[in-house]
Amino acid sequence: MKTIVLMGNPNVGKSVVFSRLTGAQVITSNYPGSTVDFSSGRMCIAKEVQTIVDAPGTYSLVPANSAENVAAEMFASADLVINVVDATNLERNLYLTLEMLEQKKPVIVALNMWDEAQHTGVIIDVEALSLLLHVPVVPTVALSGEGISELVSRFDDAKSPEEIRPMTEEERWVMIGTIVKSVQQITHRHHTFWDRLADASIMPLTGLPLALLVLALAFMVVRVIGETLIGYIFDPLFELWTPVVMQVSAWLGPGLLGQILVGQLFDGQIDYVQSMGLLTTGLYVPFAMVLPYIIAFYTVLAIFEDSGYLPRLATLTDNIFHKLGMHGYGIVPVCLGFGCNVPGVLATRNLETRKQRFIAATLLAMCIPCMAQTAMIFGVLGSFGMVYVALVFFSLFWVYVAGGLLLHHMIGGVSPEICLEIPPYRRPDARAVAKKTWMRVHGFLLEAIPYLFLGVFLINLLYAVGFISWLAVITAPVITGWFGLSAGSTTALLVGFLRKDLAVGMLLPLAMSPLQLVIATTLLTISFPCVGTFAVLLKELGLKGLFAAVCFMVTTAFIVGGIMRVVLLGI
Amino acid sequence: MEIPVTALSPQDSATIIRFEGGPQFQTKMRSLGIREGKEIRLIARHPFHGPFVVMVDNRNVTVGHHMAGRIIVSKDP
Repeated sequence: MKTIVLMGNPNVGKSVVFSRLTGAQVITSNYPGSTVDFSSGRMCIAKEVQTIVDAPGTYSLVPANSAENVAAEMFASADLVINVVDATNLERNLYLTLEMLEQKKPVIVALNMWDEAQHTGVIIDVEALSLLLHVPVVPTVALSGEGISELVSRFDDAKSPEEIRPMTEEERWVMIGTIVKSVQQITHRHHTFWDRLADASIMPLTGLPLALLVLALAFMVVRVIGETLIGYIFDPLFELWTPVVMQVSAWLGPGLLGQILVGQLFDGQIDYVQSMGLLTTGLYVPFAMVLPYIIAFYTVLAIFEDSGYLPRLATLTDNIFHKLGMHGYGIVPVCLGFGCNVPGVLATRNLETRKQRFIAATLLAMCIPCMAQTAMIFGVLGSFGMVYVALVFFSLFWVYVAGGLLLHHMIGGVSPEICLEIPPYRRPDARAVAKKTWMRVHGFLLEAIPYLFLGVFLINLLYAVGFISWLAVITAPVITGWFGLSAGSTTALLVGFLRKDLAVGMLLPLAMSPLQLVIATTLLTISFPCVGTFAVLLKELGLKGLFAAVCFMVTTAFIVGGIMRVVLLGI
Repeated sequence: MEIPVTALSPQDSATIIRFEGGPQFQTKMRSLGIREGKEIRLIARHPFHGPFVVMVDNRNVTVGHHMAGRIIVSKDP
């Protein structure tokens, strides 16, 4: 089995080419689209199965950050390299191409965004380019699939040209200059209305209001999609499910098995949030409360990513993030983190220094509730009034800012400035958005369900053996005395390590006031990451880094919890 | 006259003369398409020492305030 690696600069449509080549046969996928983690899939060429890897975008084989480092390593392991080149930006893209041609690897060039190049008046002589590079060059429009089959049919012609010898940086640019001069013609084009609107979205005076508008709109769309899915699909489904579970409950009668499968009945009825049975809460929380918002959020996120808005958002927020020891790119892990903290932490790889990555990952794990938790916060606190939900996010926002300011001054090391290409706006392709969303939703289901079941199972078991009442007693001084919560909250905080969404649901039967719930959900977010985030933090920060991050989180939770008690509860 | 990008106003065009900074910085700039001899246009400058958005070869790039100050250009008449 051969390994085919897709290499190219960021924002050249590499993922779309990948998606075209692998079709429905993608078997492994580690959160694609975040540009940091890579996805790999398989394709069949001449009855032979090949592995295709989508490397992170990079400008050079000499890496500037750890994501680019991954790309360079993938290049080294490739049997065949497909170099995806942006036809609208040939000159700059050729640098990486030449670097790769100097290494002895078979390369084929996909001249992507061919249609866009033609629309913007860029004319490239493909044959001449192929002659000068000594490798096949195939024009492609990955979005429509044009040229992809020709690209595949020419895999065998890929080669490592003898003619191109190792060069210095300067020699490469000279050679690129000669190549571009002889193969490319550009006809000048005037600024259109859309260009002006695009410019407006990146200028401080117009860009910030536009950003607020866009984010508010995105938030509304997520809510509308989520609520619609719940109201018209998932709740009706569970109404059909209720009689089945009631029947199961009648058969089992009271006892441990009934407790674990169905859980507690309230006035002889199932309460899907509070019953805590595998067949009730264990199914209802992931499918009817969280999944709809996961689908909604990832659809909107994919549109954000594919439209090219994120780099603009990064530019607009650079000022704030720079004060917190990062730079504007820090907004990207936050955006991803709102879906799930795990890909969010992975996205911190695109920050240049260890200091920046530590700050970004720690603050993310501390202050950004994932969509599963957010959906539950809305579900549980929202019923008392949106002002309580707002209080949670308001608190988390200020903890993020204060934590960033503090860490920026506490940690040694440099915080380099932002340096980011802004790709042109592109219309997201429905197929690509759907595919990306599906992969992430699929990932959520695969990860969430086992942990949720484990959580529900453990809670019932620990209740049965009396561990939970014992725990409530010994933690009471902190939980009740310092945070002002009811003693049972300890269990929810513990369960938070397995599933934060379930943990939020567990706060409901404790009969706390809405303000107490605000404190509890805020602390649930800050105090400790969930097991998945914990594992990925260990991977990214190392044991020492993880220890430091967790100490910071627990300390912050302790201080913030005390402050919130005094401010909100007045005791 | 040689001035840094930070001395330009939005919509000003200029030609890149040279960089002030180490080889790593220069390589980074060039790999983003910001190279000597290229035409550069300032699209936006963000306040409070915020980033600069410049256009080179019809493509926008965001660079930090200090980086922008190390790109030396000559303003087009």
